[in-house]
Amino acid sequence: MKLRLETAAMDALTVRLFDAIDETNMAWIMAADEALRRAFDHALIDLIPSYTTLLVHYDCQKLTFAQATTLVRSALRNLAPADSQQGQLHEIPVWYDESVGPELPIVAKRAGLSVEALIERHCSHDYCVFALGFAPGYGFMGLVDEAIATPRLKTPRRRVAAGSVGIADRQTAIYPLLSPGGWNILGRTAVPLFEHAKRGEPLLRPGDKVRFKAISQSEFEAAGGDTTPLEERS
Amino acid sequence: MSHPMLTVKQAGPLALIQDAGRFGVGHLGVTQGGAADWIAFRWANWLLGNPLESAALEIVMGGNLTLVANSDVRLALAGADLAATLDDQPLAPNASFMMQAGQTLVFRQPKKGLRAYLAFPGGLDAPTVLGSQACTAREHIGGLHEDGKPLKTGDQLTWKGSSATPRQLPQGTQIPLPDAEDTVLDMVLGSQAAHFAGRSLFDAFNQPWTVDQRADRMGIRLTGKALNSRLDGIVSEGIPLGAVQIPPDGQPIILMNDRQTIGGYPRLGALTPIACARLAQCLPGTKVRLQPISATHAQAAYRKQLLRWK
Repeated sequence: MKLRLETAAMDALTVRLFDAIDETNMAWIMAADEALRRAFDHALIDLIPSYTTLLVHYDCQKLTFAQATTLVRSALRNLAPADSQQGQLHEIPVWYDESVGPELPIVAKRAGLSVEALIERHCSHDYCVFALGFAPGYGFMGLVDEAIATPRLKTPRRRVAAGSVGIADRQTAIYPLLSPGGWNILGRTAVPLFEHAKRGEPLLRPGDKVRFKAISQSEFEAAGGDTTPLEERS
Repeated sequence: MSHPMLTVKQAGPLALIQDAGRFGVGHLGVTQGGAADWIAFRWANWLLGNPLESAALEIVMGGNLTLVANSDVRLALAGADLAATLDDQPLAPNASFMMQAGQTLVFRQPKKGLRAYLAFPGGLDAPTVLGSQACTAREHIGGLHEDGKPLKTGDQLTWKGSSATPRQLPQGTQIPLPDAEDTVLDMVLGSQAAHFAGRSLFDAFNQPWTVDQRADRMGIRLTGKALNSRLDGIVSEGIPLGAVQIPPDGQPIILMNDRQTIGGYPRLGALTPIACARLAQCLPGTKVRLQPISATHAQAAYRKQLLRWK
């Protein structure tokens, strides 16, 4: 960890702690998040943690550029990684099926696996939540087993259904709401990520862990899941 | 008698309920939203004596958006001149006006600028989500029906206040709208600027850029001589308002109110909030210039702007 402070905008600073994505970054990022929230208090407008950085948007009616810079440095002077047990582990039930996960056979074939083995592989890792972004409650997670990592679709879909679970390179994610998207879709969950985010209480937070669990269609339907097939790529 | 309201007789292409924006929720992946020309938006509220961040209507282009009143109400209009008429009589921009029961308000097409703000007594009545009434279509958040959608025909607009305390613009006050000729946009250089070739840094500030057709509340593309960064892409990180993002084709995209909260293209810096407000009024084809400014000077200009409403 090496702290670098960068100008992002008139009233925003990028705090850079790392250069590359790594699960071990998150304990530091979350510790910095907490320290910065405490230090900036009411002068903080937004704080956006990501894989290697935090964007601090401060109120320039309360702090000058120089004061904000000094405050970041003093807040992070004795930074120590947050307790790794702090993040929650979420078990997310997923109905893996070609009707709602059209890339299931494609990703399996690419990896030289059966569809069953692919599902097992996707469910066999506790993924780290690196960042929220793209849409409310959308968590970027990883790292996916190298063997099943798959590049984004060449042409993104215009409509990816809410609850869709996808892979892009070594990352995996759940679409909280109907949106365009270019990830390889493997299945669908009934967990209402968007509703959580809209209440200001996201289910997934950076530093949390996610374990996917394969469920049957009837279990998915019993949980209120929508079985409408995902439309073809457009 | 029914509740005082304006009924949308005909929806234009894009009219959205907006306030100052949704703050403190970027870490949820929720975008900022809010009035794109925050200066004109505040003037509209100021003209009615409203709290400056009260929800108002952001009207883009006009396109024959038609509103009918069922009772007398004082409204205020600021920002773009969209050739608005009240019962076919032209309305003066940047002023409040009385709209009487049965009268029809129409926004036709842009004569100058792109976004007009219509303020209502006490602000528009609409559900508050995550602390704001801002409407963001991509997120399905905000708006009369809580789906983030723009106004549609048949919608009914109601407001919170019973009366307004109208004010007139102070003598000599100008609400600048971009000229077709030369609009200067102040930009704070970001640290990633060091990864751009010297030639590209020169070109960034020494050529006219053209506002492209590909422009919306998420981002506005500028076209000109391409800029080249030595960075291919970066690990996704938080993006501030006004970020000047350079995708592989070298044509900048200025990230606006409805931008995604994190992203991975190299950035040259960020326009100041005042520059963002000006850019939000630029029609496609407008020529703009980028001009470097220090964060400290930009903050001074920003505070000075805020003092105009004190």
